[in-house]
Amino acid sequence: MNSSAITSVPVFSTRDITKVYRMGEVCVHALRGVTMDLYRGEFVVLLGPSGSGKSTLLNILGGLDVPTGGSVRFLDHNLTQSTDRELTQFRRDHVGFVFQFYNLIPSLTARENVALVTEIASNPMAPAEALALVGLGARLDHFPAQMSGGEQQRVAIARAVAKRPDVLLCDEPTGALDAKTGVVVLEVIEQINRELGTTTAVITHNAMIAEMADRVISLSDGRVSEIRRNERKRPASEIVW
Amino acid sequence: MVTMRAIHRKLLRNLWAMKGQSIAIALVIASGVAMSVMSLSTLRSLQATRETYYQRFRFAEVFASFKRGPLSLQQRVEDIPGVAGVEPRIVKSVNLIVAGLREPAVGHLISIPDHQPPRLNQLYLRRGRMPEAGRLEVVVGESFANAHGFQPGATVDAILNGRLRTLRIVGIVLSPEYIVEMNAADMLPDFKRFGVFWMPVTEMEAAFDMDGACNDLSLTLMHGALEADVIRQVDNLLADWGGIGSFGRVDQMSHRFITDEISQLRAMGLVTPIIFMSVAAFLLNIVMTRLIDMQREQIAALKAFGYHNGEVASHYLGFVSIIVTAGVVVGTGLGIWMGQGLTQMYTRFFHFPIFQFDMDWVTAGLTTLVCAVAAMAGTIGSLWSASRLPPAEAMRPKSPGEYRPSFIEKFGLQRWLPQTWRMILRQIRRRPLKTAFSIFGIAMAAGVVVLGNYASDALDFIVDFQFRQVQRQDLWINLAEPSATDAIHDFHHMKGVVTVEPFRALPVRVHSGPRSRRLSILGMAPDRKIFRVMAQSGDEPPLRNDGLVLSAKLAELLKVKIGEYVTVDVLEGKRPTVQVRVMGTVDDLSGTNAFALQPFVNRLAEEGPLVSGAWLSVDSKHLDELYAELKATPRVVGVTANAASIQSFLDTVGENQLRMQGFVIGFAIVIAAGVVYNTALISLSERDRELATMRVLGFTRAEISVVLLGELAILTLIAIPVGLVMGYGMAWLSSRSIHTDLFRIPLVIYPSTYARAAIVVLIAAVISGAIVRRRLDRLDLFAVLKGQD
Ligand SMILES: Nc1ncnc2c1ncn2[C@@H]1O[C@H](COP(=O)(O)OP(=O)(O)OP(=O)(O)O)[C@@H](O)[C@H]1O
Ligand SMILES: [Mg+2]
Repeated sequence: MNSSAITSVPVFSTRDITKVYRMGEVCVHALRGVTMDLYRGEFVVLLGPSGSGKSTLLNILGGLDVPTGGSVRFLDHNLTQSTDRELTQFRRDHVGFVFQFYNLIPSLTARENVALVTEIASNPMAPAEALALVGLGARLDHFPAQMSGGEQQRVAIARAVAKRPDVLLCDEPTGALDAKTGVVVLEVIEQINRELGTTTAVITHNAMIAEMADRVISLSDGRVSEIRRNERKRPASEIVW
Repeated sequence: MVTMRAIHRKLLRNLWAMKGQSIAIALVIASGVAMSVMSLSTLRSLQATRETYYQRFRFAEVFASFKRGPLSLQQRVEDIPGVAGVEPRIVKSVNLIVAGLREPAVGHLISIPDHQPPRLNQLYLRRGRMPEAGRLEVVVGESFANAHGFQPGATVDAILNGRLRTLRIVGIVLSPEYIVEMNAADMLPDFKRFGVFWMPVTEMEAAFDMDGACNDLSLTLMHGALEADVIRQVDNLLADWGGIGSFGRVDQMSHRFITDEISQLRAMGLVTPIIFMSVAAFLLNIVMTRLIDMQREQIAALKAFGYHNGEVASHYLGFVSIIVTAGVVVGTGLGIWMGQGLTQMYTRFFHFPIFQFDMDWVTAGLTTLVCAVAAMAGTIGSLWSASRLPPAEAMRPKSPGEYRPSFIEKFGLQRWLPQTWRMILRQIRRRPLKTAFSIFGIAMAAGVVVLGNYASDALDFIVDFQFRQVQRQDLWINLAEPSATDAIHDFHHMKGVVTVEPFRALPVRVHSGPRSRRLSILGMAPDRKIFRVMAQSGDEPPLRNDGLVLSAKLAELLKVKIGEYVTVDVLEGKRPTVQVRVMGTVDDLSGTNAFALQPFVNRLAEEGPLVSGAWLSVDSKHLDELYAELKATPRVVGVTANAASIQSFLDTVGENQLRMQGFVIGFAIVIAAGVVYNTALISLSERDRELATMRVLGFTRAEISVVLLGELAILTLIAIPVGLVMGYGMAWLSSRSIHTDLFRIPLVIYPSTYARAAIVVLIAAVISGAIVRRRLDRLDLFAVLKGQD
């Protein structure tokens, strides 16, 4: 596979980040000191049992949340010391999100859901182009309610990549889909990573999906338990589960 | 459309999807705004119209009448410092015989210069022409003319100076002095039995042997002159000519009547809209809060994509602005339209020769501001809490809320509760604040309906109280002048008379410190069956031989308490000035009165046992004969039938109030429906996922309806009694504000009003429930469960 796009420039680097959720008397330690790097253009899969802190980590990388301790850098931005306003600007300029439950705006069509994001981006592609990229060129004017789960997820991906983000963060993008649809969605993500060179991090429970990645980072109980480099990236089309 | 941003489309689609709710909210706003604009604009217009009328037709400022004096008095009064202009006149009260009218009527004949318009109190000629001297021609006030269908050319018989003469009506006029044509002796206008006529002065002089004399002066004052000083000097001057006390506009009957009407309108026009606006603002706040709450996930998603808080806020504020703007625009338009109608009605009622509508833009602006602030506050409040929600929330499905067993279940009663009812109770229990707000909102709607109906209850009560409990006479007879008691004995012998109660009405001016009032002290017999002095509670305070019992309103105006003294200038006979003690007060509903036993009043006036009239109860079979006999009795100058008074009351005060009430009730219903509808729809959208899941689990449509409609039913049932109590409070506020000389509106609410309010809210609930039920039936399970909001 073409790995030449991957460089040794770290896009993200986290040092010792912790995250504590305080709920009254009880403290939940979601992250207990995570140190890792994410390099430009690479495809990383985050693996780990439920509750191990994957989503928490991804949210912190994406600027949706801030860590309790430690530091997070995105290129020359220090995300730990950013204000809410700066984090918003960071998300707007650099990050594309894909959520497990799609989170499309039900009152907007596929094209408009994408436009919602391209309208506030500096160098976006046309919404139609982004939707063509995910194979939905023919469904531009359909509302979310008129689409299947897999189609909705592909709209969500189009929405995430249309602004040509530096990083694409996906939290269990196939979690709500069957295998066949899941593969279609994964192929789209793979293609985005390959063709646009977008640094991509995908959370999954599925070890098979991990074989698509350049690197696999495993979390358990709020810590990085293993980082493994795949010798050979398996294409999404070969994945079965 | 091509360039419209996606986020703006989202706004429009949200509006469209919630069109029912948006319209309901806009209507609530429109109701509040329309009420305010209507009543305050009408008020302004009425005041402005009256002011213009007064100025253009030179309404006098001080009025003085006396027995008879030389025309040279004009010069002497003009010399009083502060007096700007003086118009001497001859004014005479005469008995009229009107074809088709059984009972005698009273006319005021007023002199006008032969060939030019009077300098003060000028006339507006509505129809016909002005009279010429030497042919017994008169012009007549429009109210009397209309009451009898007189056109120019008609004639009226009058007894002038003891001789029956026929007056020829050549014109119909309006006068700023008689905007309301009523006799100063009466409590209410009676257009059929009281008329005002203007006649050339030479004719008046001849008819009443008043050559070179006059008995009435109208004055205007210089700017900054002290009215009280002028009145005192005029009174001193006129004392030699039999003056009965001059007075300013406050004591002028017509002026006072309109002032009262305006202040009633002001009370209605301020308090009711304020209540309406507060209700609308409150509801708006609740509804917006909940609407935004429902959009939390979308807000989080927008933020995750990089929308700033400001952009998200302006998106939702845009949504609110559209609704508020629509409500305000519709409400203002409606308010102007109704205000014009109402002003027109008042213009007709008061016979203003000019129509002037003054839109109250300040009110419109203010109400807009109130609505906008209320809506924005609700929106911003919940946006604030939504924006503090980390956008990470958007990545998770909504976490299930925390539920606990409801208190009913604590008592082990759940065995009898089906699952669905447990869901309802736990839902209510989980969000007590939200539940409380919903109840409060529906309750306010019920309260507003109570308020809307309250005024007509109060009117019913006044009519019953004033005309069936207090003044139970069939006829009220006034004598031409105070007479010995035998004048009354004659009445006993007239056919049809059952009971006769004599009274002495003594015109006085009552002072306390700088405050003073002109009124008549009523001296009565100790045991009265016909005319009673009665408090609202039904108690009858005993009248005294050593002091006065005052209307509570009069005591309040004069700022005197029981046991204190007031100065009484008697304005008749020997005109003594005496200190009189206030022995009691009575919270009567009408007029500013002073009561005592008759001997006390006679003693005040330093006169013998004189009476000024009597109250009669009459066998209605012989009413016609009695009227005929009274017409032939020269001593009798006024006969007022109680039935006519009631009619007149209902025609004047009643009709205007009820028209206004109609609007209030209409709006109250709109508000009630708007609130209940919104509450129902919001809880539907909040729980659609849950309900869809239940459908999937095999519950029937009817069963899932129970979850939602059961909650609505419980909220409504709790809200209704709360609302009735709130309605009582609102009525109390409004009764506090309607407190004029002429009438006090008591705080009376009949059970039927409560029932009506409950029914309106119930109907609104049933209709809203039906709409929700229809929505439930069309609930798209698949879409809901796919995770759509
Ligand atoms: N908002 C929150 N408040 C309290 N605790 C939280 C919150 N979000 C996450 N947690 C806790 O932090 C821990 C890590 O959660 P996280 O969502 O990161 O796990 P995850 O690895 O994504 O799990 P899953 O695979 O089930 O999605 C969990 O124990 C969770 O209960
Ligand atoms: Mg997770």
